[in-house]
Amino acid sequence: MTETATNATSARRQLMDLGFQVLALLVLCVALVSLGALIADIWSDGGSRLSWNFLTGFPSRRAENAGVWHALTGSVFVILVTAVLAVPVGVAAAIYLEEYGGRSVAARIIEMNITNLAAVPSIIYGLLGLGLFVRMLAMGRSVLAGASTLALLVLPVIILSTREALRAVPPSIREGSYALGATKWQTVWYQVLPVALPGILTGTILALSRAIGETAPLITIGALTFVAFAPDSIWSPFTVLPIQIFNWVSRPQAEFQVNAAAAILVLLALLLTMNAAAIWLRDRYQKKLG
Amino acid sequence: MSNSPRVPSLAGVAARAPQPAVVDRPAKIEAERLNFYYGGTRALQDISVRIQPNVVTAFIGPSGCGKSTFLRTLNRMNDIIPLTRAEGRVLIDGTDIYGPGIDVVALRQRVGMVFQKSNPFPKSIFDNVAYGLRVNGMAGSRSELEDRVEQSLQHAALWEEVKDRLHDSALAMSGGQQQRLCIARALAVRPDILLMDEPASALDPIATQRIEELIYNLKHTYTIVIVTHNMQQAARVSDYTAFFWLGRLVEYDRTDKIFTNPGEKLTEDYVTGRFG
Amino acid sequence: MKRFEFLIEWALFLCALLSIGTTAGIIIVLAVETFAFLREVPITEFLFGTEWTPLFATPRFGVLPLVAGTMLVSSIAMAVALPMGLLSAVYLSEYADARVRRFVKPVLEILAGVPTVVYGYFALLFVTPLLQQFLPNLAGFNALGPGIVMGIMILPLVSSLSEDAMQAVPRGLREGSYALGATKMQTSLRVVLPAAFSGITAACILAVSRAVGETMIVAIAAGQQPRLTANPMLPIETMTAYIVQVSLGDTPQGTIEYRTIFAVGMLLFLGTFLLNLVSTWLRDRFREEYA
Repeated sequence: MTETATNATSARRQLMDLGFQVLALLVLCVALVSLGALIADIWSDGGSRLSWNFLTGFPSRRAENAGVWHALTGSVFVILVTAVLAVPVGVAAAIYLEEYGGRSVAARIIEMNITNLAAVPSIIYGLLGLGLFVRMLAMGRSVLAGASTLALLVLPVIILSTREALRAVPPSIREGSYALGATKWQTVWYQVLPVALPGILTGTILALSRAIGETAPLITIGALTFVAFAPDSIWSPFTVLPIQIFNWVSRPQAEFQVNAAAAILVLLALLLTMNAAAIWLRDRYQKKLG
Repeated sequence: MSNSPRVPSLAGVAARAPQPAVVDRPAKIEAERLNFYYGGTRALQDISVRIQPNVVTAFIGPSGCGKSTFLRTLNRMNDIIPLTRAEGRVLIDGTDIYGPGIDVVALRQRVGMVFQKSNPFPKSIFDNVAYGLRVNGMAGSRSELEDRVEQSLQHAALWEEVKDRLHDSALAMSGGQQQRLCIARALAVRPDILLMDEPASALDPIATQRIEELIYNLKHTYTIVIVTHNMQQAARVSDYTAFFWLGRLVEYDRTDKIFTNPGEKLTEDYVTGRFG
Repeated sequence: MKRFEFLIEWALFLCALLSIGTTAGIIIVLAVETFAFLREVPITEFLFGTEWTPLFATPRFGVLPLVAGTMLVSSIAMAVALPMGLLSAVYLSEYADARVRRFVKPVLEILAGVPTVVYGYFALLFVTPLLQQFLPNLAGFNALGPGIVMGIMILPLVSSLSEDAMQAVPRGLREGSYALGATKMQTSLRVVLPAAFSGITAACILAVSRAVGETMIVAIAAGQQPRLTANPMLPIETMTAYIVQVSLGDTPQGTIEYRTIFAVGMLLFLGTFLLNLVSTWLRDRFREEYA
């Protein structure tokens, strides 16, 4: 009554299984190689251009004299203002949804909305910023307009990651606080937030590091590509590193492309620092909670 | 485990469980001093047993005693779990399935398994039964495939109920039907041995009865090993019974003897319900 | 004290409401300018016209070339990301051990985190010249180079979301398949993948949405020549790149050229919104199956 699948088919299947694994590993290698090629190419193009002069110089028509100081300070300034605008509002919204909102209809609509907003293309936010901040609220093409636009862009991400950090706080902490007669807000402010703070900071830094690489929304609101000075107030025009990179890449002369590569390295270094800070924070946080 | 003071210890239980007095045929499955480890924990200790062909053998014992673990060593399903290790031998038709060079995929075609929670694939009834044939390269022509599927569904006593809706989703069937489908699926690849891990525990009494009838009819063609925590079921359905306790095989004998006149006190306490 | 709590709750609620305000703002800003645009250009010409030359002396406002450009680049990107992402997901979900995952997952995360302007540089100055060695007819600006680079950029998205979907498939199904004598590859492809199908589809639709909305890679490397074509070797222009092109110039507010970026933006928004909606609906249905 027995019947055995022939040894040949079984061996063939095992061979196909092995072949499949090899294929999958090949795909992963392609991804790895692409990343490596990207870094190697940019490094070889722009590494030689990196210097203190480059970091602190201003743009010039002669490519060898051009620097990124205006763009670097612009980027940092814009991100700081974005953080000031987005973080309190985002954390507050997350606290509402996580601690107060519950399963009410309003809360669920807001949640759905946030999920949608997280997937809207960034250039649409640029159009929103153009129509709302630059024109209607007459902020002009200022740091404030740019930061407000970016703040709206990163708000969904900050809300989502803050909610996760709040969710990670054990319910026993809240229960203990209520049992002692504390109000909801007192519990949140004195008990939940301090515990969730490292997680919130990590999520915020990661969200801001994405914002620092954003180009399209800022171009749309009119961050000028030929700004040649560091911004001195929130009302002044500005430019950021990604836009300066875009500007230099678009020029046909090879020397400007070298500048673009060097500027990319500066941007990547900035990103690396921010991500490293976020990861360091997350590791410390995990150690504390267990 | 239970914290009752009446829980007996293993002291005094024979190191090697007594085998049935009459062994009339060469064993289909034979375990020789099998030890099994999950990581550093030993789950099975020195299991030695000789299972007869074309009978139903039941593994009984309280939860966590190792009966399911032992069942899963017989078709090397435990290989899927990381950090497991088997020492000793398990012979099927005289060949050690844990020996070097054993094709596990071919082994599993010969030793079929039905699980406690029925797990039909989210495909049609036909495709569920045909799956084993297709992946093992046993499919043949379309009409041969259809014949095999019909045969398997008949063996599982399911054909009359589904013959007009073979291409409906398997998930639309009742729990009892789904379990019989899983049996048909396992039978389709023509194994010689059928392992069943608490096949009726999730089913209502009527569905359970049908599964038990099925097992009774199937044993003439297959060697069946069934794990059950329901002693009445073991008594109804099996010819031989093995009683496990804390990873050891305590006693193994003909079912009627185990339930009327067991050799070990531990066995007697278990089957009379004093613990577990 | 009670009043303080009440005020606090309301303040928090208003912050949460801001997200609704954002969506409303997007819709209003886009709609106002789009309607103004449509007062001057009939909607049929906009949606079905085949020439897009709004900045010329005799302007034409048919948006199809931009849509075609977007679809061409996105298709190339998906052709790269879909098979590679799925293979990667199957491998990470069903085969990889802890060591491999610890190495591969950060690489994928980094790939997803590189700023798009950097990818644009890569596409223009490395990938296109490389491709030109094999395809000498490839123009300097084209759809192929940025398409491939975009595919690599969204590969991690396809991979991680598909992997999540496959992880949600219950173990019992895999065990049933192994018990019948199937190999791991057969189990992965014939049981796990079909079972995770709607979750994986949701992931792919989300990836398409991401590709459609991507701006900098195409703005740098795809060109500024709106062209209704399926030929990936020629310069084209996507919807997003057009918006960038106009924004870089000095278009005064209130002109029809200014309004075109909002009309195109509205089309882009509606398209990606629809895709995201379908993706979310599929994902919720998938979660229901395996909750």
